[in-house]
Amino acid sequence: MKKLFKHREILLVVIIAIMIAGFATRAQGFAAPGNLANIFNDTSILIILALGQMTVILTKSIDLSVAANLAFTGMAVAMTDAAYPGLPLVLLVVMAIGIGAFLGAINGYLVWALQIPSIVVTLGTLTIYRGMAFVLSGGAWVNAHQMTPTFLNIPRMPLLGLPMLSWIAVAIVIGGWFVMNRLPFGRATYASGGNPTAAVYAGIDVGRTLFFAFVLSGALAGLCGYLWVSRYAVAYVDVAIGFELDTVAACVIGGISIAGGIGSVAGAVLGALFLGVIKNALPVIGISPFAQMAISGIVIILAVVFNARAERRVGRIILRNRAAVEVQA
Amino acid sequence: MSDVTNTKRVIPDRLGTKASRILASWEVLLFAVAVAIFVFNALASPYFLDVWNLSDATFNFTEKAMIAFAMALLVIAGEIDLSVAAIIALASTAMGGAAQMGIGTAGLVAIGLGVGLACGAVNGLLVSGLKLPSIVVTIGTMSLFRGISYIVLGDQAYGKYPESFAFFGQGYVVWAFSFEFVLFAALAIVFAILLHATNFGRQIFVIGNNEFAARFSGIPVERVKFILFLLTGLMSGVAAVCLTSRLGSTRPSIAQGWELEVVTMVVLGGISILGGAGTIGGVVIAAFVMGLVTFGLGLLNVPGIVMSIFVGLLLIITIAVPIIGRRIREMR
Repeated sequence: MKKLFKHREILLVVIIAIMIAGFATRAQGFAAPGNLANIFNDTSILIILALGQMTVILTKSIDLSVAANLAFTGMAVAMTDAAYPGLPLVLLVVMAIGIGAFLGAINGYLVWALQIPSIVVTLGTLTIYRGMAFVLSGGAWVNAHQMTPTFLNIPRMPLLGLPMLSWIAVAIVIGGWFVMNRLPFGRATYASGGNPTAAVYAGIDVGRTLFFAFVLSGALAGLCGYLWVSRYAVAYVDVAIGFELDTVAACVIGGISIAGGIGSVAGAVLGALFLGVIKNALPVIGISPFAQMAISGIVIILAVVFNARAERRVGRIILRNRAAVEVQA
Repeated sequence: MSDVTNTKRVIPDRLGTKASRILASWEVLLFAVAVAIFVFNALASPYFLDVWNLSDATFNFTEKAMIAFAMALLVIAGEIDLSVAAIIALASTAMGGAAQMGIGTAGLVAIGLGVGLACGAVNGLLVSGLKLPSIVVTIGTMSLFRGISYIVLGDQAYGKYPESFAFFGQGYVVWAFSFEFVLFAALAIVFAILLHATNFGRQIFVIGNNEFAARFSGIPVERVKFILFLLTGLMSGVAAVCLTSRLGSTRPSIAQGWELEVVTMVVLGGISILGGAGTIGGVVIAAFVMGLVTFGLGLLNVPGIVMSIFVGLLLIITIAVPIIGRRIREMR
């Protein structure tokens, strides 16, 4: 099995490389290091969100409220910065992560304690959080001139040739890899999604693992709330609308099974980069940006078909055979 | 509360009288909520109890409810379709394009329904043909269908529909009963019969309760699911005809976010999101509840996005309350 997953990630790397090479023949300079760095920076937020989404999907759940969480947190942070320009940025970032984690905890609590299916919970909180962003701001925008220069500049500050935003994403990818592969929590998420019954027997608190997966997803969404508002230098209610689907798409493309328990950090990152390359290539090779939605749709469907074929080998066949034997007996 | 209740609890399989069961059912509870909201609205706004206002209010839910009927069957069978709003967008775009080319009303309706059916067939083939999880598939097709509308329309819009086309969304059959409301009522009856009085309906319940057992009972599970996706696509097409006719124009962002409201309506109507249980009657009452809430809030000048907070809360609370209730009963 492990070989197969390695395969998926290598496959994605090859596909992304071929895509970049292909686009480079149409548009000079697409494969230049500077442009690739731009694409990575552009995809940073999606990468961070996809890692949170991955944690949740690994536990057999889904978090559709990430984009709404991002919008609410971004609005809250931007308004705080506009109202109290004296506050240090660290405090605002902590606030963003805190609000995000709290909103994630609400999702997690409803899924854990009340055992409501996560898709229903997060469909509900998706509208509630975005509605709250409207209530908070009264529909008004927070524009660049109202934000403090530090608030706007830190993510753009170059360090060793890459903006801070990219470095934050790199740090979170490394942290995510460490958490998923080296900490009990990471192993618990795989176990909870892969086989909940066995996980319980192994002494894992499945509900608690789920809860913390949602908290993590929420905290990352909160952080992205600040990053998004700062990067685009504007906060309004409809910020990142529909972006939750991109995060799910990145995970599905990266080979993370929607049935839980299967997937890797590298997969999620590559899935996000795949979407990022397409998004940046469309205008360059002269395809209308309006086509992006349909293309992501097709990519999601193809990825699901592909995933299903890769996963359909273990459980189901055994189950069918055993049932057949029982019927004969 | 003493020994009497204790001795009664000794018999675990007693269900109580039929009347008490009916009184405690989800539909009756929901109906009480609907009446309460109606009374509250009537007291809160002097404009509420006007026949034509109420008639206008039905437009808030009729189109969504048409889809919700089909979605209810799908959810009972253990699947879901998140692409319904995107199907509306694509069907509406197709009708708009056809209207631009001068195709008449009958042709437009056929195109709208046809696109709905075709989209439903795509979902059905992917889910029951290739055995893929419906949540992800329909998230993908949702992006695809609406994406096609965006490719066709971009930031443009279609107007210029034939005059007779306006009847579906704006016409009245008798007095204050709009065409949409009559269609909604007729479809409610058709779907109630389909779900509660036919073999096909029983098969849906069996699949939702135990797909494995359904297979062994000789139920063509994949075929039933495929038909349900077709039906949901078709109803989205019907809703697209009504909505396009009512608005008189098509933008690619038409019906944005409706999938959420349709799912809310279904769940609020007492359909188990895990499949296997629910009634069409519940969905009908849920449609009225949601229509009354949004209309009442509208009369009180509450902006649409704030209403969506109420819809979201309604969704979570209606699912949470019975679960908490069951917990409390188990604790005693």
